[in-house]
Amino acid sequence: MTANQIIFYLISALVLGSGVLAVTTQKIFRSAIWLLFSLIGIAGMFFWMDMNFIAAVQIIVYVGGIVVLIIFSIFLTQQSGNQMAKPVRNRVLFSTLAVLFGFAFTFMLINQHRFSASSDKLVEPSISNIGMRMLGSGEQGYVLPFEVVSILLLAAMIGCIVIAIKSRPEEK
Amino acid sequence: MTANLYLVLIPLLPLATFVLLGLFGRKYFKNSSGIIGTTSLFVSALLSLVSAYQYFFVDGKVNGVYQQVVILKHTWLQFSPNVSIDMGMILDPISMMMIVVVTFVSLMVHIYSLGYMKGEERFATYYSFLSLFTFSMLGLVLSSNIFQIYIFWELVGVSSFLLIGYYYDKPSAVAASKKAFIVTRFADLGFLVGILILSFEAGTLDFQTLIHRLTAPDSEFLHTAAAASFMGVSALTWGLVLVFIGGAGKSAMFPLHIWLPDAMEGPTPVSALIHAATMVVAGVFLVARLFPVYALSCPVALHLVMYVGILSALFAAVIACTQTDIKRVLAYSTMSQIGYMMFALGVSGYGGEDGLGYMASMFHLFTHAFFKALLFLGAGAVIHMIHSNEMKDMGGLRKKMPVTHLTFLLACLAIAGIPPFAGFFSKEEILTAAFHANKMVYGIALITAAITAFYMFRLYFTIFWNKEATADAHHADSSHHEGTYSMKIPLVLLAAGAVLAGFVPFGKLVTSDGAFLPTEMNPVFSIAPVLLAVTGILLAMSMYRKKNDSPEKISGAVKSVYQASYRKFYIDEIYLFITKKIIFNLVGRPAAWVDKNIVDGLMNFIATATAFVSELIKGIQSGKVQNYALYFFGGAIGFIVLFIYLWK
Amino acid sequence: MNEIPLLHILFVSTALFFIGMYGFFTRRNIITMLMSIELILNSVNINFVAFNKYLYPDKLDGLFFAIFIIAIAAAEAAVAIAIIINLYRSHSSIDVEDADELKF
Repeated sequence: MTANQIIFYLISALVLGSGVLAVTTQKIFRSAIWLLFSLIGIAGMFFWMDMNFIAAVQIIVYVGGIVVLIIFSIFLTQQSGNQMAKPVRNRVLFSTLAVLFGFAFTFMLINQHRFSASSDKLVEPSISNIGMRMLGSGEQGYVLPFEVVSILLLAAMIGCIVIAIKSRPEEK
Repeated sequence: MTANLYLVLIPLLPLATFVLLGLFGRKYFKNSSGIIGTTSLFVSALLSLVSAYQYFFVDGKVNGVYQQVVILKHTWLQFSPNVSIDMGMILDPISMMMIVVVTFVSLMVHIYSLGYMKGEERFATYYSFLSLFTFSMLGLVLSSNIFQIYIFWELVGVSSFLLIGYYYDKPSAVAASKKAFIVTRFADLGFLVGILILSFEAGTLDFQTLIHRLTAPDSEFLHTAAAASFMGVSALTWGLVLVFIGGAGKSAMFPLHIWLPDAMEGPTPVSALIHAATMVVAGVFLVARLFPVYALSCPVALHLVMYVGILSALFAAVIACTQTDIKRVLAYSTMSQIGYMMFALGVSGYGGEDGLGYMASMFHLFTHAFFKALLFLGAGAVIHMIHSNEMKDMGGLRKKMPVTHLTFLLACLAIAGIPPFAGFFSKEEILTAAFHANKMVYGIALITAAITAFYMFRLYFTIFWNKEATADAHHADSSHHEGTYSMKIPLVLLAAGAVLAGFVPFGKLVTSDGAFLPTEMNPVFSIAPVLLAVTGILLAMSMYRKKNDSPEKISGAVKSVYQASYRKFYIDEIYLFITKKIIFNLVGRPAAWVDKNIVDGLMNFIATATAFVSELIKGIQSGKVQNYALYFFGGAIGFIVLFIYLWK
Repeated sequence: MNEIPLLHILFVSTALFFIGMYGFFTRRNIITMLMSIELILNSVNINFVAFNKYLYPDKLDGLFFAIFIIAIAAAEAAVAIAIIINLYRSHSSIDVEDADELKF
């Protein structure tokens, strides 16, 4: 077992373990922190795969943005130290069954599938390559989805303001 | 004949008034609607007078015979190359006479209603209904084909329904309007079937073609129609009899008369217009319109017309003697007079001397319109003052209502057949025609004439003499005066008509074949009816002029007859028995059972089952997001399994 | 790194996906449900990147999809939190069991 393998299994263990804890712990703030670890683990896995740019984006956006946002909303809506309400027992039972079955089934399908790798010329996932592709309009250019996503982000921004804004006094 | 297209305006003006007042009357013309309706009808009446003058005295005659002219013909529905429904206007002596009668009486009623209906909440609605009725009636008499006449026939039925039910908050008025509508609908069903038979046999709906095809002796249509038989009677006879049933329903002939007395629940001017002068003679008009077919091709149907007519005349006259509601007396009198017109048609033949009955019938229709409208309007004035329809509330009104009294007397004399008033002449012609055709009918007609004189003067003396005015002093306060000028003027004009209409030379104008029919008064022949009429009047005078107990004595002496007559010979009860006991029990109840238990049961079962099942499964719709997510997930997994393993 | 077969990475992502699914089904707090959704999205990201790395090294499509998913996840989280704040205002609670007005 090489160091590379060991690193991968350690990262996997971090991701799955903190993921499980994130969805089972009874304190909401801890749950958020476990989520943070899980996301960092995923970023680590991207680093492990030599995908440096996406790993950096993962850390900046997820760890630095979304988790902070979630923690922020936790502070806004409730006491962070409180125990959360226990899940409904029946639902826990059925969810566990469904999830176990779903996992087994999916993994069985994946296991049966033979993936065939392409053997063409390798493209380095460097930042300059990504930048050329991202704003390129030729073959394998992504400028259109890029623009669409930017409009989506704008719409989401306006939507957040409209939804979360306090209703005006004269409407009360 | 020149293109008298301005004739189209005669029916269209009331239609325009109806639309205007019906749509905007209540809002914009609340007070002026009466003036608007009256003005438009005045123009219409003038136009019809002018066109009648034009037709009768200027250009209607060709070689001394009045022609039937279709001045307007618009193909409306083309069923097949041969059969189409047209919309048209036909001009001939009877339609010209009818438009004069209809517009004149309608105008009188419009003017009269200005006073009578003043202050009513639905004044504009009333006038719009009156206009609708006038339009429909004019359309009816001017119809150029048998289907068009049916359309307008139903329209007058509807407007009659609307006007009888005008006081819709009064349960009796609502019931009466329903009764009128249902009874005439039953009769109209016969009419419709008759139309279908006749038009099938003749291959056309147009009056002129139809009459020609069904009367010409060598016509193949006539032969097939006479040969085709159903239940031993030829198709032609069936058609004509069914058409006559329609006419009998509208004209309140026995036994379809039960709606007419109840129809008196409507406002009195409406009774004068619809249920005395115009709509109820539509049946007579219909028979007259198809008269050549009746007279030349199917004497059997004409005999039926005669028997029904004479029976109704006598029957209604007897009932009229005992009724106590003055409008009902007049209603039965109307029925009796229409019976006169009917049997006059029944005894008539076609053309030449034989056509006397036809002429007499039309003549009587003409004169009757005047004096019966006058009687109703006079009765309306009395009711307006007394606020009651019952005879016992009246009496001694001759001093308080001089105009009404005088005009009412003239009308009574006219209907009783006293010379020289209008009714005398027309009745005389009818009796002459009956005398030549059928002695039995003549005898019954004479008796009826005597009874008519009796009950009319019973009415007259009870209202205007009998009790003295002081007896009901509480009615004599100043607010109860005779009525405005708008109510008196029509009375006077109609009284003039009732006096003078008899001098119209009908033999020259309206005959069965359009040719001149010489008539002469035979003074010897007139003795019997006049004598009988005078006897009737004197009898009524002795019984009712002063308050005495002779009416009670006489009614006590013939108690059973009196009761039977008072209860209208139990016709209503018989109908009720048939409908309630027999039809309800034998047809209605089983049908209701099937409906309640099987049809409703099925529906209820479906509804209950649905409710039960949805009660069972409504828990799925819990409102809990995560349950939905679970279902969704399960469903997705299910679909994946389905598509990967089972959907090979 | 080729000592690790693709299957092992897929095992991780599948497991993460169903962990997120479990959280989504059982958590009553709407914020933790949102976290579960983030887990699910991340497992998809792992898949995209791994496929790009292992199967199609001649392209960058998987990477771009991962980037777009991250962008959309950010937008989604922002809107979801606005909704959560609104829900908290109206119900004084962010328990999904309390927000069950839309039922039979």
